[in-house]
Amino acid sequence: MKCSSCSKKAVYSSQGRNYCKDHFLNYFERKVFRTIRKFSLMQHNDKICVAASGGKDSLAVLYMTMLYCKKYNIEFFALNIDEGIADYRDHTIDDLKTFCEKYDIKYHIVSFKEKFGFTLDELIKKGLEKGKKPCTVCGILRRTLLNRGARDLGATKLVTGHNLDDESQAYLMNLFLGSMRHNASLGPVTGLSTNNKFVLRVKPLYFISEKETRLFAFLKKFEVHFSECPNINLSFRAKVRDKLNELELLREGTKNGIVNAFLDVLPDLKEKYRNTKKFSYCEKCGDPCAGKICNACILEEELCQK
Amino acid sequence: MKVFIEKENKQIVLDKECTAKELLVELDINPTTVILVKNNETILLDEELFKDDEIKILSVVSGG
Repeated sequence: MKCSSCSKKAVYSSQGRNYCKDHFLNYFERKVFRTIRKFSLMQHNDKICVAASGGKDSLAVLYMTMLYCKKYNIEFFALNIDEGIADYRDHTIDDLKTFCEKYDIKYHIVSFKEKFGFTLDELIKKGLEKGKKPCTVCGILRRTLLNRGARDLGATKLVTGHNLDDESQAYLMNLFLGSMRHNASLGPVTGLSTNNKFVLRVKPLYFISEKETRLFAFLKKFEVHFSECPNINLSFRAKVRDKLNELELLREGTKNGIVNAFLDVLPDLKEKYRNTKKFSYCEKCGDPCAGKICNACILEEELCQK
Repeated sequence: MKVFIEKENKQIVLDKECTAKELLVELDINPTTVILVKNNETILLDEELFKDDEIKILSVVSGG
């Protein structure tokens, strides 16, 4: 099959158009830059922190952030959270280091072991005994370290590699759990914009599918080793992901449809739940949170005692 | 043809010629979850595969 824009061989096909390598890379970069501009994800006075695990999504978003920031002279760096997941994170951290050295990008690594005294593998064992799911433990603690790390390093925005698949999965998961309030917290920009203890999270790959990211990483020859978190199959997300991929096969554009329909009602959702989101400051660590003690400190108290 | 399936980290040898789409049907792999590489070039589902070809089926799913 030929590219719809030139006579070269196509490497990607989507929504009735075919793309050769060059036109695909061009399509990918334009789509990401358009998302950054449309939702004001990065601006001149920002200092950008890219949350980078070393997987394909984070390397792609780090590369695109580098292109955008260099073009517009914006300061940026990468931040990695080393949770301590044996045979998984150590490989992706090596990929990240290689990548940052190749492109001369500043990076910082913060580990669970150093901050909480235990690796995630150790915390999961303790957590399972108390009925805590691995993704809950990891998600809360990782988000906390990303926010603290970005804030301590002076960042004004935290870029994440969340993509179209992540967002459509999250929306459906919240829908199935009957929680539109949680969906009000999704979108291309999330977090508390009025709170200087919270670094706004932004998602430049918001309209990019996982398949497009993997193809981009392959065509750009990024060193990405296939890696799936060993805990993912225990999660509800993995089940939603597989069903959503079945639907995407049946009807191309399903994920796009879900996200676009969601964006259409997002302003109304934000308005509806605006006043229900009361936050205070954690009595232990001082971070913004919903109750008296933040979820990370509650988990730390439960799981991190020697 | 030699087929490397990244998600399972295994290589199989198939004595047949078919399209990439037919290969995925036979292996029960959803095309939305992979990209296909033939002799180090990415290909689409209509590509003809021959006995001497080296195929890689790369998983697009990652992270957690």
